[in-house]
Amino acid sequence: MNFVTPEIAWAPLTPILIVLGAAAAAVLIEAFIKTPATRRLVQLTVTIGALAVALGMVVVQWVGLGDSAGTVVMTGKITVDAQSLAWQAMLLVFGILAALLFAARTADGEESFTSLGSVPPGSTEERLARRAGLQVTEVYALLLFAVGGMMLFTCITDLIFLFVALELFSLPLYIMVALARRRRLLSQEAALKYFLLGAFSSAIYLFGAALVYGSTTQIDMESIGIAIDFIPSNDAMLLAGAVMVVVGLMFKIGAVPFHSWVPDVYQGAPTPVTAFMGAATKAAATAALVRVMYLAFYPLEWELSWMFWAVAIASMVVGTVVALVQTDVKRMLAYSAVAHAGFILVAFAGLTPEALTALPFYLLTYGLATIGSFAVISQVRERAEDGGVAAEAVRLGQWAGLGRRSPLLAGAMALFLLSFAGIPLTAGFIGKFEVFSAAVAGGAWPLVLIAVLASAVAAFFYVRLIVLMFFTDVPEGAQDTVAVENDLLTRIVIIVTAAATVLLGIVPSGVLNVLQDAAVFLVSAG
Amino acid sequence: MTAMSFVYLAAILFAIGAAAVLLRRNAIVAFMGVELMLNAANLVLVAFSRMYGELDGQIMAFFVMVVAAAEVVVGLAIIIALFRARQTISLDEPAELKG
Repeated sequence: MNFVTPEIAWAPLTPILIVLGAAAAAVLIEAFIKTPATRRLVQLTVTIGALAVALGMVVVQWVGLGDSAGTVVMTGKITVDAQSLAWQAMLLVFGILAALLFAARTADGEESFTSLGSVPPGSTEERLARRAGLQVTEVYALLLFAVGGMMLFTCITDLIFLFVALELFSLPLYIMVALARRRRLLSQEAALKYFLLGAFSSAIYLFGAALVYGSTTQIDMESIGIAIDFIPSNDAMLLAGAVMVVVGLMFKIGAVPFHSWVPDVYQGAPTPVTAFMGAATKAAATAALVRVMYLAFYPLEWELSWMFWAVAIASMVVGTVVALVQTDVKRMLAYSAVAHAGFILVAFAGLTPEALTALPFYLLTYGLATIGSFAVISQVRERAEDGGVAAEAVRLGQWAGLGRRSPLLAGAMALFLLSFAGIPLTAGFIGKFEVFSAAVAGGAWPLVLIAVLASAVAAFFYVRLIVLMFFTDVPEGAQDTVAVENDLLTRIVIIVTAAATVLLGIVPSGVLNVLQDAAVFLVSAG
Repeated sequence: MTAMSFVYLAAILFAIGAAAVLLRRNAIVAFMGVELMLNAANLVLVAFSRMYGELDGQIMAFFVMVVAAAEVVVGLAIIIALFRARQTISLDEPAELKG
């Protein structure tokens, strides 16, 4: 056996290298800057700077693409093509918005993250750490690692390296979930659940990839797609492997029956982290699932379609029905996220080329509304007995009369909810329309029928919250129990996401045209 | 003894690991189940690598081992933080999240 040095075209990886390099630098900053306040400022600047520069590099590459579909960075391992650049740009935007939310503070100067993650909640050490003004600024480094891993996740064409990237973005998320400042027991419990189920799903994914390797002798997606044509499609090992790979990715998307972590993690995690992972994890996992299905498993489309149908229907029905009975805002949005996972999977019916445009657009509109709505949630707080600001007010009843307290927040929240529901003139409508037409083009009209019905039912619980905010009076004697925060960074995020949601709903053609150009995969193997 | 026997062995190990994750209520034991599943996947990779007479599978097994080690670090950190707060690592005990 002789070893051939692989040829690597580094240039297209620049954005990813910038983000991961900044992450490594952020770890060093942790070690060298002692004062928490300075460190926070430096970390925030480095994080947003790196993400913005990387976004610029992605745009430069996109412009430089011209008519070519992209570059094969390393044969069979990494391919940066138009589709992957579109996802990378989206993830970077989500990352910048999330970084702003991470830095947000309440009027009392309180951050969303605990002052020291290792001390037990309610202990003397915790009080000491808080008094010393400690801050967990590592979250910025973790955010950069997560974004870098997700960007890598969208351009890898090899099942095993996909696993490495999967863990690269999952591990920082597990830690960030455990770092909430308020309700820390809840946060740690959510982290444990997320970790165990996430590791379980990665193991299923990995075993599936190993079985696919065993049955096709190939590990890069294009060669797998070619090799599958030469083996009987009822090969049990191949089918088991393909199903396990898809199950592993569906876990990350949060589709039923692999959704059990979603509500707990959405509820327990610090709200900025929920906003980030709700938007970005779904986008990254969808991007990888698209690549796996279109490059590797398209010859198995018929064999796997039953699974996509069953999971999509189950997600839409369970997500919608369970969301109806929730009394916690974050949990309600979590089940709405499960239903949206179903809508995402609808687009996979038939593996049409239309879905390659529809999915990035859907995930963009969904992600913006998710970040925006959780940003609003982080601003609605309970008032402590001493008059200070306490934890977030997440019970539905506490949102009564928010429209009078803060028309801006309530209006933005209403906009995001309408976008989730897919009401015309919001971005969510165009997203749903694109996804459903892709599925119809794939001949899956019964699936689309169910999806439209589920959307109609889902509109009920979104509208219920809107009614609660605008048309319900604050209960007698409860006027002073809720405080509305007025943090500048969070306001910026809310305004940007709200504006984008409206713009994409009224004039989506610009972005849609760009994404139409992105609907190509670079296929290198002959 | 053919290389295929190792694949069957790996499938059994994987099933044991999955059962441990789903059935055992101790966080550490459930976590060990995950590690068993990852190592079962490694065994499959190495067995097929041997069967096809190439090195690809073995190299992948190295990557998986490194990733699994990183996962242990994060997982144990979370479990220890939870133990300090509650003095228990039972998965049934924490019941703040419901529904």
